[in-house]
Amino acid sequence: MIGLRKRPEPSRAWAWATPVLAVALTLLAGGAMFAALGTDPVAAIRTIFYDPLFDPQFAAYSRPQLLVKAAPLILIATGLAIGFRAGIWNIGAEGQYIMGAIAGAAAGLALYPVESRAIFPLMIVAGAIGGWAWAMIPAILKTRFNTNEILVSLLLVYVAESLLASMAVGPLRNPEGGGFPGSRNLARWDASANPELIAGTGMHWGVVAAMIAVIYAYILLNRHITGFHIRLAGQAPRAARFAGVRPNRMIVFCLGLSGALAGLAGIFEVTGPAGQISIDFNVGYGFTAIIVAFLGRLNPLGIALAGLLMALTYIGGELASFTLGIPVAAIQAFQGMLLFFLLAVDVLTNYRIRFGREVAA
Amino acid sequence: MVAATPILLAALGELVVERAGVLNLGVEGMMIVGAICGFAAAVETGSPVLGFAAAALGGAALSLVFGVLTQFLLSNQVATGLALTLFGLGLSALLGQGYVGVKPPATARLDLGPLGDLPFVGRVIFGHDWVVYLSLALTVAIWWFLTRSRAGLRLRAVGESHDAAHALGLRVRATRMAAIAFGGAMAGLGGAYLSLVRVPQWTEGMTAGAGWIALAIVVFASWRAGGVLIGAYLFGGVTILQLNLQAAGAAIPVEYLSMSPYLITIAVLVLISARGNRRTLGAPADLGRQFHATR
Repeated sequence: MIGLRKRPEPSRAWAWATPVLAVALTLLAGGAMFAALGTDPVAAIRTIFYDPLFDPQFAAYSRPQLLVKAAPLILIATGLAIGFRAGIWNIGAEGQYIMGAIAGAAAGLALYPVESRAIFPLMIVAGAIGGWAWAMIPAILKTRFNTNEILVSLLLVYVAESLLASMAVGPLRNPEGGGFPGSRNLARWDASANPELIAGTGMHWGVVAAMIAVIYAYILLNRHITGFHIRLAGQAPRAARFAGVRPNRMIVFCLGLSGALAGLAGIFEVTGPAGQISIDFNVGYGFTAIIVAFLGRLNPLGIALAGLLMALTYIGGELASFTLGIPVAAIQAFQGMLLFFLLAVDVLTNYRIRFGREVAA
Repeated sequence: MVAATPILLAALGELVVERAGVLNLGVEGMMIVGAICGFAAAVETGSPVLGFAAAALGGAALSLVFGVLTQFLLSNQVATGLALTLFGLGLSALLGQGYVGVKPPATARLDLGPLGDLPFVGRVIFGHDWVVYLSLALTVAIWWFLTRSRAGLRLRAVGESHDAAHALGLRVRATRMAAIAFGGAMAGLGGAYLSLVRVPQWTEGMTAGAGWIALAIVVFASWRAGGVLIGAYLFGGVTILQLNLQAAGAAIPVEYLSMSPYLITIAVLVLISARGNRRTLGAPADLGRQFHATR
């Protein structure tokens, strides 16, 4: 008989070891999945995790891609993690990401074709406000009407996707695009472009913003009274109330912050790597960021590492689908599996496994 | 009725799960896995009935992953449910690779003889396939189970207070695992109804939020079977109305019409939630709480 005993305190060693263990288990299970699909599991894992970084043929292209893909994930996940810590479940980051992109792009396109250095910063601010405003909907409904923020933020993702489609064929469509859906290419308009800052590194303004967000979030959570309140609200809501934490302000703050960060990720993406507002420019970063947040143990530094790892699975996944013919969808299943294993081995952090029958105390 | 049935099935399953005190946010994932399992099985065997059976099995199998994680490994239910959805979406896309553009065998309409020939009412109420009637029968069965049977009483006890239920000698984990598996099977059926009857084809991500709407409907229903029925049919009505408006070429752009079901769901959630707190709404007291017997 195998039993679990609660540890008096979560184990620190396991808190660091579990993500590593989860990755290892995912590799095993993922290998089994690839084998079932009829590809050599060793080659598949190698292509996904090793080749993008070290293979002479691909690394030159894929290494910079690492930062490009990781930046939005880290930005969004940092915001989500702060909310998750406080027990506020913003699951609709994908919608906030889309709305940030729409708001930011609209602000820029309204001024087309003015050439000014002020346009890009303006678009960034508009993007953050777009994401923030979209996150305020679940926040206000929750504080005013006690509506479940998980469901509302999620349903709003589908609303945002419809809005995106209507924008791409309607108000934001490129008038010179020959009737095709999609906006002007923002990456090709100097005033709005979000270019690589140092050639060959993939580093663009979104990466800078992600770094700032990680540092700021680290300080906020570890060195600031707000961070203490956030943690308190998540661990002991009643105690938090006695300590003077106002739950409604906490909800508005956490949702607003994560919305604004998701919006930022959206506008950086649409001005840089994506280039334009199109019907489906969003690729699920808002959802993958949830995995990143958990993989990083809701800790900003951990999230930075987790974001890079997840970016690697994206790039490696593309490479594997291209060289080995593994379907791209396999990567999504792979990422989901990672989250499963992570949650499963988390039990080791909080519980001690006991073998044999316990003597009743 | 066709628009409401998948959501009714999934929401009924989730109702039982939540009544047992478990919050499974993976409905969307289980639905889409059910959709592809059902679709694949129906295409391969040529039998929609086997398809629905496979969908129920697929949904239940996936839900057991959630069950083991949350009940035995004590993982966070919210996070695990989300993981289930993300994994389900990926897995279904993977399984569905070869099935894009394939037509499934038609699910037979139930011939109710003279009833179907009644003017108007005949077509609206008696002209459907067997799954629609199954979903209605299940609504009644689940209502009866939850409110009138001993087993249902035990299930509710586990949901209201797992500690008290445990002290009484009820098997909390076993009850919850059974409820989770049932919920998965129902979500799978709902998904299969989408891919085999509603849309009849397979596309990636075809559930498009139906699982989340099912979750919202459980809240709307104040955790009652009758409410779930009303909620699902209201939602189905809105969806059909919206589609008819699209077909009729209404002056509103298509995109705005297609977001309306989600907006209306949110509006309904607000109306319901504004009425009172968790307790008065009828949510099970131990919903979403971890159970760990410390004996």
